[in-house]
Amino acid sequence: KIHDFHNLQINQFYLSHKCVHCSSASGHFVFFIIYATRSLIIQIHQFILQEDLNKKMLDGLLEFVKKSAASFWCRDDDWMSRMRASEIPTAALVLGVNMPDHTITFESMTELLHDSLTPFVASVQAKECTAMKQLMQKVLQRLMGTNVMVDEDECHLCMSVCVCHLQKSPVKSPRKRLSSSQSEFLQSPPVVVIFRDLEAFSPQVLQDFILVCSQYVHQLPLVFIFGIATSPSTIQRMLPHSVSSLLCIELFQSLSCTQHLATIIDKLFLTSKFHFKFSAKVLQVLVGIFLYHDFSVCNFIKGLQLSLLEHFHSQPLSVLCCHKQEALVHAQQLNDRDGCVMKSQTSLLHHPQGVCQKLLKSLHKYHKNFYPALRCLHVLTSILPKYPLGKQIRELYVLCLEKKVWETQEYDSAMQLIRMLAKDELVTCLQKCVEILTFCKSKKLKKVGEGSAENRPVPPSEGNTLEVDHHALLLHPFCVPAKYTLYASTIKCINHLHHPYSSFNYSFQTLLEMKECRRTRRKTPYEILRNAVVDYIDNLVKTHLYPPESQPLYEVWYYSSSGTVRRHLNATPRTSIQTALSHPYCYLQNEALKNDSGIISSAAPDICIIYKLHLECGRLINLYDWLEAYATVATAAEGKDPSAIEGGKVDELKHARFIRAVSELEFLGFVKSTKQKTDHVARLTWGGC
Amino acid sequence: MPDQLEHLPRLTHLLPCREAQIKTLLLLLGEPEHYSYPSIFIYGHRASGKSHVTLTLLKELKMPHVVVNCVECVSLGLLFEHVLLSLFGSSHTSLPRGPSLSDFVRLYRQLCSEDPAKQTRYIVLDHAELLRDMSANLLPGFLRLQELVEDNVTVIFLSEIVWDKFRPNTGCFEPLLLHFPDYSKVELQQILAQDSCPSYSPELYSSYISILLGVFYSVCRDLRELRHLAALNFPKFCEPLEKGEAKESDAHKLWRNIEPHLKKAMQTVYLREVSSVQWEEQQQKEEKEVGELRGLSAYTHVELPYYSKFLLIAAYLASYNPARTDRRFFLKNHGRIKKTNFLKKHEKTSNHLLGPKPFPLDRLLAIFYSVVDSRVAPTASIFSQISSLVTLQLLTQVGHDDQLDSPKYKCAVSLGFVRAIASDDLHQHALRWTADHRTLHLRHHPVGSHPTSCCLWVRCGPRAAVWEPVCVQRRGIPRQPPALDQPQLCVDCAPAWHWLR
Repeated sequence: KIHDFHNLQINQFYLSHKCVHCSSASGHFVFFIIYATRSLIIQIHQFILQEDLNKKMLDGLLEFVKKSAASFWCRDDDWMSRMRASEIPTAALVLGVNMPDHTITFESMTELLHDSLTPFVASVQAKECTAMKQLMQKVLQRLMGTNVMVDEDECHLCMSVCVCHLQKSPVKSPRKRLSSSQSEFLQSPPVVVIFRDLEAFSPQVLQDFILVCSQYVHQLPLVFIFGIATSPSTIQRMLPHSVSSLLCIELFQSLSCTQHLATIIDKLFLTSKFHFKFSAKVLQVLVGIFLYHDFSVCNFIKGLQLSLLEHFHSQPLSVLCCHKQEALVHAQQLNDRDGCVMKSQTSLLHHPQGVCQKLLKSLHKYHKNFYPALRCLHVLTSILPKYPLGKQIRELYVLCLEKKVWETQEYDSAMQLIRMLAKDELVTCLQKCVEILTFCKSKKLKKVGEGSAENRPVPPSEGNTLEVDHHALLLHPFCVPAKYTLYASTIKCINHLHHPYSSFNYSFQTLLEMKECRRTRRKTPYEILRNAVVDYIDNLVKTHLYPPESQPLYEVWYYSSSGTVRRHLNATPRTSIQTALSHPYCYLQNEALKNDSGIISSAAPDICIIYKLHLECGRLINLYDWLEAYATVATAAEGKDPSAIEGGKVDELKHARFIRAVSELEFLGFVKSTKQKTDHVARLTWGGC
Repeated sequence: MPDQLEHLPRLTHLLPCREAQIKTLLLLLGEPEHYSYPSIFIYGHRASGKSHVTLTLLKELKMPHVVVNCVECVSLGLLFEHVLLSLFGSSHTSLPRGPSLSDFVRLYRQLCSEDPAKQTRYIVLDHAELLRDMSANLLPGFLRLQELVEDNVTVIFLSEIVWDKFRPNTGCFEPLLLHFPDYSKVELQQILAQDSCPSYSPELYSSYISILLGVFYSVCRDLRELRHLAALNFPKFCEPLEKGEAKESDAHKLWRNIEPHLKKAMQTVYLREVSSVQWEEQQQKEEKEVGELRGLSAYTHVELPYYSKFLLIAAYLASYNPARTDRRFFLKNHGRIKKTNFLKKHEKTSNHLLGPKPFPLDRLLAIFYSVVDSRVAPTASIFSQISSLVTLQLLTQVGHDDQLDSPKYKCAVSLGFVRAIASDDLHQHALRWTADHRTLHLRHHPVGSHPTSCCLWVRCGPRAAVWEPVCVQRRGIPRQPPALDQPQLCVDCAPAWHWLR
């Protein structure tokens, strides 16, 4: 696709400018190739995700458009339809406030409608339609295609022209071949008008447009689609009853943004197929930007792409960040060419040279085991009260990336809580775990899953315990009447224990005490089994959920420079300007400027002096006082006695420099002239507060 | 008796309940060959039959006429071209680009000299109130078009607004005014009963209509809307008849069946909370199957990013708290302020009654930083969130003189909305700084027990151009969910409210 190609070119540009330090041309080339493929993979992933995420809503919408078009053409001439006022079918899409993502959604929607239903789709944005005339022009232009000139003559900006055109013109067959059941749409496709951002439209324009369209509702199968970011009550706020009574509004809601994020993390990060990973901090920065600032999936993906670029740019070992076979080949080349690169990596300090391939293999294996184990742990901990290890899997993931999870206090409390789970809860969790383990890629873990799923005895291996436990749990003769009482008492006990969790102020201490009392009692078979299961899970976590830093060669997959990401994605323009003005040394690298005290250095540029002086003033600054203060500092810089300027005479040159610096400060938005007093300027930053 | 009244019986049959207006119009139009009055201004509420009567008259009498809907004419050229095309045929119209009224008059005269009027020509301008916004000389020009083009032509204006609101201050030719009054209840009954369903007797339908009017007449007098509602709910009315549970004569039983249903329709489908298609689908299903259909205004929750929520809360505080109180609320060492005269006299009126006040960006950010518990860097995305809140119309930007250096904003959301946003416990504490505690107390009164609870924004009559506060207990129903934090007082309740304070 053109879009992808364009991106590639940009990437190439980026790399060719920034990777000049790459040792050899061939190395550079390899980097680029790998990077390019990776970037493409991300885009494909993202596209699939987008389609999936909005699929339900888009399908509903498509059905709606189809239905309303059908009802238009099959309008029977009975009493009912004659009596009813004819309304324009309108779909209100509530898309959430993540406005950057809407573009993609609407693009895919337009394409979908265009491909499967109708060639007449006009999608308009508020900023291009400030008046009725522009709106009409845009809609007609898009409906009739660019081959029909909607000239500036304005004489054809009329719906009736459009009616004539659409009725006369032979309908171009949609790009995709349609099945025979849909063929009636070939003769009479609906006319869809999409308002992408309803909130931003001027209400008057919208009302007029709807009024005009309602005049033609008998001749054209019109369908409106409103893209709404906030809530559907916006429609009622914008349109008076006389206009909204012309619409037949149906609501469609998209998934919430947090669900989108969860899916992306699940599909892109919690899988061993995708080799590029974030360290805990980078992930936190990106998720933070998502949750705190914009809710935008697009921006999240952009952040991902940026860190990918940075990773390949800054990390020489990133050449190994690819599929296992390719990586092994690259590793061989690296070994031959420059071993020093390998040696420089901290994670390889204690490993002899030349074991790179072996280490790479183990890295792949580690990841294959890591994610299933993580998911299992999450299944078990996400049902616990108060979520000691986090409600979302991303929280648990970050925790596991940061440190050894089993050494944390939260983990201990979680394990203790699991040890108190009731049978039905535990069994459902274990069944989910079995499913996860069955479908995972790791052979070792798979065995566990398969064994328990197929009721087949498994050769003694690591997974054996779980298998046995699981069987025991599922098939254990709990239902035997004699033992039933025992079981019941356990359940009762557990229920009793469970009760205080749900109340708001349970203390963990009491729980522990209760547990202590119970320990004195003889354990029921269920309890014994449960303990065994928990021990097994604990063991699973301790074997597989090592933080990645512990693995040799982890730098190959993990990108860890959170500062760079934050600087690029969450820029602080105000702070940088203020730093530049108050500490010019950061930017100018002049030794004379290097001082930490708050003294105004006279060697600093004029604008810095002026800035420092203005910080001491209130909301209004007297220009003359300011000038005098500046002249004092500037004279000191020349080594003269500051008292020499007495008598109100300021050097003309200094005066000019002062005026220039003040206008620069005004340009930067720190001061502005005020009408209150002619010889004063007003501060714009915190001066008034 | 003039001959033009010979059509009267036929037309009255076609257009029931508008006899007086038809008669006046017929007399005004006069004989086809005679010159008619240059301009006629017809006004009346929505669906009072203005355009229908006029057009039927012109069509039935076969007069040459052209109808222009002014909403559709986005430019003058479009309007002129439409008129010329329909009156003189398409062959020779050559208006210049961006034509003015004089171009139109010139061309009209030119075409008219080739094809002089044998009968009076009529130009009907629907939604004429929009002419006021076009060119300044357009309305006066059309009013004396007959004089300007020296042709037998009459312009008929149709509008919902009275002529007084049209009169330009430079003065103009006064048109003849003709008012179409609203249909009375009896007339509505008579008109609606005419289109009875073929499968049932007209008497049954007529009794249905009277039930319908009993419910809806107090809220809606729009004939079109009533007809639409009648059609939507008629199947439900007939349901007992089809099931054989009742006969056509069981008026009481039928009434008991349909009345609650109509009341529900008034709150949902009439307000377009629920679309008519959904309403019909719901009717077809059994009552047990469907859950309650949620109306559009039920979805008021808006999911916002973490900092956007705080920004909105800060904006709300900045808009409704006097700036003087900021120091007291948001500073740790604010010094002693005398409690007795803390609020000045004019500030004692509830700020929620006065509406939001504008505040500068600096104040918003200052409150934002003190409300957010953690340290937040002033990043670019914080600023872009403010502008995206403006796009979402949760904030509005006010003033145009200095947008770049010191923009000013207003908070455009209600206390209820901000409360919903702050319901997340992280944001809860941020809202405790409202100076206006009276309003908070107000909210504790159950609906109906407090004088203000009946005062809501309600559309006054179906055709009103502006929102007017109306007491719900007296007229109509709320179009929006009760916004108790912004009570709008009606005439009856205002004294009670002031007394209470």
